[in-house]
Order: sequence, then C-alpha cells, then structure tokens
Amino acid sequence: MSTGSFENWAGNIAEIGPIYPFVGAEWLFVLIGVVYWIVWHVRQLGNENQSLADQEQRLKAGTLSKTQGD
Amino acid sequence: MTDQLSALVTIFTEFYYWLTVVIMFLIHVGFCMYEVGASRHKNHMHTLMKNTMLIPLVTITFFFFGWWIYFALPNGPGFTGGLVEAPHAVPWSNVMGAHMGGADDAENGWARINGVFWAAFLLFSWTAASIVSGSVIERIRSGAFWILAVAIGSVFWIIDAAWGWHAEGWMVQLLGYHDAYASGVIHAIAGGFALGILVVLGPRIGKFAADGTPRNIHPRNPWLVAIGLFLIYTGFWGFYVACNIPIWDVQSGDGVFYSATNIYLGPTTLSAITFNFLMSLAGGLLAGYWISKGDPFWTYSSGLAGIIAASAGNDLYHPIQAMIIAIVGVIFMYKMHGWVERRFRVDDAVGAVAVHGYAGVFGVVIAGFVLWGYPSSPDPSYTSINPLGQIAGAIIMFGVLGFLPGWIIARILHASGILRIPEAVEIAGLDSAVRAEVEADEQAIVDAENESAARLT
Repeated sequence: MSTGSFENWAGNIAEIGPIYPFVGAEWLFVLIGVVYWIVWHVRQLGNENQSLADQEQRLKAGTLSKTQGD
Repeated sequence: MTDQLSALVTIFTEFYYWLTVVIMFLIHVGFCMYEVGASRHKNHMHTLMKNTMLIPLVTITFFFFGWWIYFALPNGPGFTGGLVEAPHAVPWSNVMGAHMGGADDAENGWARINGVFWAAFLLFSWTAASIVSGSVIERIRSGAFWILAVAIGSVFWIIDAAWGWHAEGWMVQLLGYHDAYASGVIHAIAGGFALGILVVLGPRIGKFAADGTPRNIHPRNPWLVAIGLFLIYTGFWGFYVACNIPIWDVQSGDGVFYSATNIYLGPTTLSAITFNFLMSLAGGLLAGYWISKGDPFWTYSSGLAGIIAASAGNDLYHPIQAMIIAIVGVIFMYKMHGWVERRFRVDDAVGAVAVHGYAGVFGVVIAGFVLWGYPSSPDPSYTSINPLGQIAGAIIMFGVLGFLPGWIIARILHASGILRIPEAVEIAGLDSAVRAEVEADEQAIVDAENESAARLT
C-alpha cells in the first residue's frame, strides 16, 4: 500500500512524474485551499470589526487610556 | 536530464532562481523594518502585522490564480484575443508540486523550473503589495488592506506582466513596450494603485493644517528605516537577477550563442545590470541628498527611486546614462511628491507613490527616448522601442491597471464601512488595546512580586 503513485525508485525515474501523495486529488486540495482562504478573510473581517468597536467603546467609556501624539 | 550537460543547465537554472528568491526575501524584511520605523509608537504592532500577513495571503492566491494569469493573458489589446492555454500554471497541475519531470511535453517540460520560477514571480507580487502597504499606514483597517493586497499582488500586477513583460505580451508586440527591470510593471502600477486608495482613504489626523499646509510626521526609528532600506536595496539586486534568464541561445539565424537574457529573451549580461544597478543607486542617492538637503529619509528613498527610474532600460544603458537618468528621475519624483501632497492633500506616509509610482512612470517614458529604435524582442516582427509606446505603457501601468482598480476597490470598501479605522482608535493608536493588555500583564507580575517580597520581610 502506498499513498504515492509509486512504491520504489527502481525503473525509469522520469516515468514517475509527480512524487507527492494522493496524485489525482489535486482538485480537492485546490477546493480546500480556496475555501480556507475565503473563510479566513470573512472571519478576519468580522473579528477586526468587533475588536475595533470594542476598542472604540472602551475609549469612549474611559476604560482604555488615550495616547496622544506618539 | 539524461545527459550531464542538459542536467547541468537545468539544475543550474533551477538553483539560480531559487537563490534569487532567497535574496529577494530581504526586500520584505526591509519593508517590515521600514514601515515600523516610519510609524508612530502607538501603531507599531498593527503596522508590522499588516505588512507581514500580506505574505501568506498573496502566496496562496498567487498559487490559486496569479501564476495562471501570467501565462493566460498575453493576448490583446487589453483583454481581447482569447486566453492562452497554460496547463503547467493551473493550481491542480501535476507540475505545481514535487515532480521528477518526464515526458517532454508542454506541461512536464516545466517540472524542474515551475516552482522556482513561480516563487520568483511571487516575490515580485509581495513587493507590489508591500509598496502599497507603506503608503496607507496608521489609518487603514488590516482586513481592507489584505483584500487590496491580494488584488494588486495576485491580480492586477500580474495582468500587466502578462501584457508588458511576457515575451509574447501584446504591449511588447504592438507598442514595443520595454521594461526590463519593471519600472512600470511593478513600481508604477503599485504606486498608482496606492494613490487610488489614498484618494479615498484620506490623510492621517493632523497631517494637514486647516489651510492645507502639510505637516511632517517624522519616522520614529530612523535606524530601523535605514537598515530596512539597505535590505530593500540588497533584495532589489536579487530582483534584477531574477528578471534575467541565465543561459539562453540568443543567436538569430545560423549558429549558436549562449548568453543571459532579459525577461523578453533579448541579450544582456549580469555585468551590464550590475554596472547599471550600482550607478543608478549612486545617482539616486546623490540627487536625493542634494535635493532634500541631506534629509536621511528622502536620501535613502531616493537611492531606491534612482534604481527604479533607470530600471526599464538597465539591460542596455551605459552606466553613466543610468546614473543621469536616476538623478533626473529622483528630482522629478521628489518635486511631484511635494506638489501632489500640497495640491491634493494626499498623505503618502512613506513616499511610496513618489518613489515607486512617479519614478516608475519616469523610467518607462525615458526609456522610450533613450532606447528609441532598439528591438523590443528578438522577434523582428515586434514593434521596436519608441516614445509613444512607452508613454502609452506608462499610462496603462500607473493609471489603467494601477490607480483605477485601487480607487474602485477602495470606494467599495469605504462604502461597506470597512476601509478606515474609527477616529477615536486612530487618535489613541491602533495598539492601544494591546498596550493596555501588556500593561495589565506587567502590573499583575509586579503585584505578585510585591506580594512575594512582602512575605520575605
């Protein structure tokens, strides 16, 4: 059993081609990657909005010190 | 790869690009240091993370679609002419991963070179996004910036590369566009994109007096800025080398003649670009020191601007031509920066629009005059280099693919309420919440130590 498309280095190396595991499932890797990328942006935007809103509220309430200038 | 000579050429080429990628990484170390050094203490952490995180985001998106765009879109004018098949550059291709080569066809022929060539272009992509990053510091939301970074790093710059840098790009064929080391392809477009965002984003609070007079917000850590810019120079040298092809038969007609080539497969040498890189750096530094009256920030930036101003033709210029072009380019970008800042109240925090945008435009245009009539490509059917083609190229790079998309995307982000940070946060500093946490942690440690000390006495 092998997750790769070959089980030993014998024979013609050039005929092996790709040497990463699960050859043939590249479309799935791409799908997972693209979904992760989009979800990352969505989650990050949500978190940042929340964080900035909290920060603004704390500044207005005076529970966070205001740095002037520097 | 079955005889020693072809293996030597292939593996040397693979190693050559790999090495340029490592050297170019210094550009991004430099950009991080430079931006943090230029920002105020209250924004340091935010500034650092904003720049750093463009690296993974542009990397994955350049894998998903950026690389494919370069090979798919050289036809034109514009988006006409149809897509070119690029089986080696789609993200599900076998050769977009570890591959031992094999059948000598269009896809497998890329096996040994695809990863390092992709990475070299990826480092250019990071650069395009990083140029924009500096100009918008201290008031842009990170999430908005990262969307913009993906747009410039994995979409717009690589479209212009397909048009004006690809050996068969329509701008090279029809306009005679020549931009060997990317005055326009990287720098002018990134500068234009930054300007488009800045127009929508607005200046930092306090940057302009009520009558519109600009105030300087000086770099808080000049040493970090200086080291950052030195590292950018170093990485830029690697960038020059990455724009060449190290071994190529450049002989037209009978016979064989191996040489390094520029990105268009036209002959040049590593010596030529080494002469010109250093002479244009020197010209830029000398002019910057003189025109800014010794201001360190502008002197260092002018070294970079000098190289950028000469880059379009640095494969062919005489070293003293490169130096003179750098001097004039630096004076032009410095004057333009001051004029745009005063006239339009644009707050370009690190002068990125000037150093990259204006100097890049100057570099593209001047190459059209100095190299007028030179072949733009080894293919004799292509239009030769000419001023009108270069002027049109500069407009496309800075305006059409730079300023316009930057402005449109920034408008959309602004309308969605996610472009700029709240005013109160800007005044307090983007790191104010983090600072409060650090201070609370520190206080907790001090309290614990005091309790322990009290028990001992």
